Amino acid sequence: MGYTKRNDGRKFDETRPIEAKAGIIKRADGSAYFKMGKTVAYAAVYGPREIHPKFLQNPTKGKLRCYYNMMPFSSVGDRVRPGANRRAKEIAMVTEKALLPVVDLGKFPNSVIDVFIELPQTDAGTRCAGICAASIALADAGILMNDMVAAVSIGRVDDKLVVDLDYSEESYEGGTVADIPIAVISRTGEISLLQMDGNLSREDLKKAVEMAKKSCIKIDKIQRDALKNKYEVKK
Amino acid sequence: MGKLLVEDKTIVTPGEELAEGMDFLPAEGTFRDKDKIISSGLGLVNVNGRVIKTISVSGRYIPKSGDTIIAKVTNILMSGWILDIGSAYSAVLSVKEAKDFIRRDADLTRYYNIGDYIITDIIMVTSQRLVDASMKGPGMRKLIGGRIINVNCHKVPRIIGKKGSMVSMIKNATDCSIIVGQNGVIWINGSPENEIIVVKTIKKIEQEAHISGLTDRIKAFLEKETNKKINIERVE
Repeated sequence: MGYTKRNDGRKFDETRPIEAKAGIIKRADGSAYFKMGKTVAYAAVYGPREIHPKFLQNPTKGKLRCYYNMMPFSSVGDRVRPGANRRAKEIAMVTEKALLPVVDLGKFPNSVIDVFIELPQTDAGTRCAGICAASIALADAGILMNDMVAAVSIGRVDDKLVVDLDYSEESYEGGTVADIPIAVISRTGEISLLQMDGNLSREDLKKAVEMAKKSCIKIDKIQRDALKNKYEVKK
Repeated sequence: MGKLLVEDKTIVTPGEELAEGMDFLPAEGTFRDKDKIISSGLGLVNVNGRVIKTISVSGRYIPKSGDTIIAKVTNILMSGWILDIGSAYSAVLSVKEAKDFIRRDADLTRYYNIGDYIITDIIMVTSQRLVDASMKGPGMRKLIGGRIINVNCHKVPRIIGKKGSMVSMIKNATDCSIIVGQNGVIWINGSPENEIIVVKTIKKIEQEAHISGLTDRIKAFLEKETNKKINIERVE
């Protein structure tokens, strides 16, 4: 039988509707809002600022520190215990590594740039939405960056490769599911995050990466427009 | 011959291609990748002949030697004061660089105490971002009374205006003394009502700094708030 039609009627290579805004948290140095279907991510960037505890200081370059948190009411089922659990710590770590190649930390020795990602509503694809929001927020904070990062999850639902899975697809019961979040550095097309949950053939993985690159070009444009909308001269 | 890929004075995002060809030169806020010039941050493009740079519009203050700033004393050392300059790094004001001669055994809190605001010059920034401040020179002093507000340090040039035209217009309209630090800290001293007008005006400038016709709008705003006629001298 197979997966012939997507649950929400999208095309197989279509992302959910995306909305992005920059500079929504006034007290932060930089901030962003990124919405992908029902998944909502806020990112706030503080710094460069002094790092505590002081032994973490690095006199040759600055440090990037990410936090990832799902709010207690964010999921459909039970209350999510907020704070750093094993999953949140891992996602924070991969987010950091996805962003690190584009952030120029050499100009800020002995300091730290803190990135806080909060998710008030989740419907799968949170780490991708988090990375997209964090990338906008870092640029908004005036941090030197070589490029921006866009991320999207590609999945295999039964026999079909699909872009940007939602929760109903991630938990599809008619067949096996694989889920691959991919982050792409926009200008160079390099990949800074690639994880895989489930099984996938070699050919499918290659196809998935190509699909991710194509979607990330669209996401990148939305991210840049969000930044330009904040600062563009209104005539 | 190279080609410009973006218009002058537009907003560009990190990683955006600005120009093509080897005859353009990358300056501040840009870098070269093969034959292309790429923006390395969010900012306004500025093309000056062959030189391309981006002027950043957001972010924290980055200390630069020669800047006059308003700093807050946060700690006292054996031989000086630690200053909060609104950046990732704190500055040190040595006793030698204080306004007047200070004896070895003097109580440093008598000069500048913790929590005091001072106007100071940055005289040196090392590669490790150790910042030295100095109070030698005219106008450097401790600030007494008044109120302090913080603004985005990238908007400071607009608050000051061409040759100080904007800030002197506010001063004349409100009879307040205003000191604008390069780090975005502003000290305002006058009657309480007028201080509030100044704060409102500066916030308005900060919000509308990038929209043209700023001076006229601020003039109209000040005239409405103070019920006074203002004459502005055009600076060419």
